[in-house]
Amino acid sequence: MSTSPNIARVARVVAAKDLRIEMRSHIVVQQVLPFAGLVMVMFAFALDNDDVLQRVAGGLVWLATLFSLFIVVQRSYAIETSDGALDALRVAGVDSQGIFLGKSAALFVQLITLEMLLFVLAVVLYQVQLSLAGLVLLVTCVLCATAGLAFVGTLYGGLTAGARGRETLLPLLLLPVVAPVVLSATRATESAFLSGGAVLADGWPWVGVLAVFAALFGIGGLLSFGALIEE
Amino acid sequence: MDALSTSIIDLRDVVAVYNGYPALAGASLSVEKGEIVLLQGPNGAGKSTLLRLCAGLLPVERGTAFVLGCNVQNERERIRSRVGLLGHNNGLYADLSIADNISFWASMVGALQSEIDAAMSRMGIDGSLASRSVGNLSAGQKRRCALACLIVRRAELWLLDEPHAGLDAKGRDEIDAILREASQLGATIVVASHEVERAQHLATRNVAVVAGRVQERS
Amino acid sequence: MNSTAVRSVGTPSTRLFGLLAIVCMTWVVVGGLFFTPADLNQGESVRIMYVHVPTAWVAYLAFIVTGVASAMFMFGKRHSLGFDRVAGASAEVGLMFMAITLISGSLWGRLTWGTFWEWDPRLTTTAFLFVTYLGYMAVRGLGGSPQQRARRSAVVAMLAVLEIPLVHFSVVMWRSLHQRASVLSTDGDIKMDGLMLTTLFVGVIGFTCTFAWLVSHRQRVMAMRDILLATQLDSALNERIAEGSQS
Repeated sequence: MSTSPNIARVARVVAAKDLRIEMRSHIVVQQVLPFAGLVMVMFAFALDNDDVLQRVAGGLVWLATLFSLFIVVQRSYAIETSDGALDALRVAGVDSQGIFLGKSAALFVQLITLEMLLFVLAVVLYQVQLSLAGLVLLVTCVLCATAGLAFVGTLYGGLTAGARGRETLLPLLLLPVVAPVVLSATRATESAFLSGGAVLADGWPWVGVLAVFAALFGIGGLLSFGALIEE
Repeated sequence: MDALSTSIIDLRDVVAVYNGYPALAGASLSVEKGEIVLLQGPNGAGKSTLLRLCAGLLPVERGTAFVLGCNVQNERERIRSRVGLLGHNNGLYADLSIADNISFWASMVGALQSEIDAAMSRMGIDGSLASRSVGNLSAGQKRRCALACLIVRRAELWLLDEPHAGLDAKGRDEIDAILREASQLGATIVVASHEVERAQHLATRNVAVVAGRVQERS
Repeated sequence: MNSTAVRSVGTPSTRLFGLLAIVCMTWVVVGGLFFTPADLNQGESVRIMYVHVPTAWVAYLAFIVTGVASAMFMFGKRHSLGFDRVAGASAEVGLMFMAITLISGSLWGRLTWGTFWEWDPRLTTTAFLFVTYLGYMAVRGLGGSPQQRARRSAVVAMLAVLEIPLVHFSVVMWRSLHQRASVLSTDGDIKMDGLMLTTLFVGVIGFTCTFAWLVSHRQRVMAMRDILLATQLDSALNERIAEGSQS
């Protein structure tokens, strides 16, 4: 008799599986990170003004993260649909909430890695300055924003996974939803970098918005993921 | 309606639709516990759809369908953990090794290492094969890995779509032995196969699926 | 299966709405263009208000209707597809009103401030609402059985109910950083006299009746299409069974 696994165990197993696949295939490290880095360089070409770049560095990092988000989410689901693994998980009655949490966790780890690189590049390419207090704000901002992105990416990625003509739907569905994250994360980051006369204290309300977003979509995702991946 | 659902599978005039096309056009089938039922029929007859429906993957458009005592229409979650489906896909992760794929499923159901080892040895997967990445395997090897995952999941009802495909004679014999053993241990098995002669040795019952409906054969 | 031919989807109640809508809209057009006074500050361009404000109201009404209908579909005992049809019809019609809101708002802004766009929270949130509903309609078009489509769309609509207030809130916070926010809305400085207010009110009623009329009819057409699909399924079934008995 099969035992019904609990959500925490499913989440742990699914997250470990996703991360193990990334460690074997190196897709994010070898393809997405260079892509994101190039996007940062492209911004420098397009904007061609050191003062402007330094001023908007926060926004550019989050834009580059956003573009990479689409690719990473699609990769996260490509591994599930190429041989019907997600179907197999559904047939086996694996708890969809566990799958949602597990895939979100793996996505979170991959995004954090990406963002760390992008922030290093921002310091290098755009001459951004960062104090210790600013670092605390920045880290909190990144954690909350990435949690929100991971939840939303996993949720809408599950909806658009697989069938023909669905993958192109992902950016259209995802962009309006992540807009508050981009807006808030950029404002908080600008406060952390003290760009354009921003003050450190102003960044914390924005982190609050990010935390609320992550909480709402974490819960919303838990409740709706099962219905969205259903055939 | 529930009184008769002591059968493992109880389908009555089931219509299942795929993009407007009635893949199953009034199929009726009854399968008792411990049986090994062979589904034969030409391509497009609806065998795969029938299996997917019994796995709880498809909605029932018309008719009634009970699997493991649960109504497929609104109790699909309760069916699923007790059913194993091996469809056209293998449900494997190409970047992971066989061993990783099997332990993924084992962790999901809390199976012991001994069960994992048993499943691998029964499917003829030795240590060196187990550590190879699934993406590099032949179709037959992938099939064996998928079946090992199915064994580890300890399903009550096995639904197999062309399980012999891509295997050599020895591999096919092994599959048959495993299915017989699983049946003796209490699993109910429904196999869709083109391999009529081979499957007739295996099956306790033969059933034809033609144009979305089921016809009994002896 | 009922195969009675239906000549129209009108019923007494929708005809009442329709009539009311025509009456109100006539008043708005005539009154708005000719009889109401021009504004002291904005001049003739204030007349866009009679289109922009009611359509904005209807756009958000459509959003709420879709959200509520989706929730009633998901959490109702019978999962009645009627609610799903209302949700879909409301979204479709709402998209049109959202587009009118955005275009009229943009034109009004051009006349009032000289620019086609300002990051005014109401306009920005409406733009997001528009794109979100484009996505919702795309999800409705993904295919599958009516029940599957309904479940998926209902979830997406309810997530949109979560998302839109968040968008609005963060845009409001954002614009409050920029001092110009307080004078930014197009209708902020209008002095409304009695006739203007009445015409605006009639406009809201008229546009709402139009919305209700359109949604009812669209919903009924969708119901008829579902009946048609079921009939087609019957004939497809018969064909398949016939092909089976031939072999």
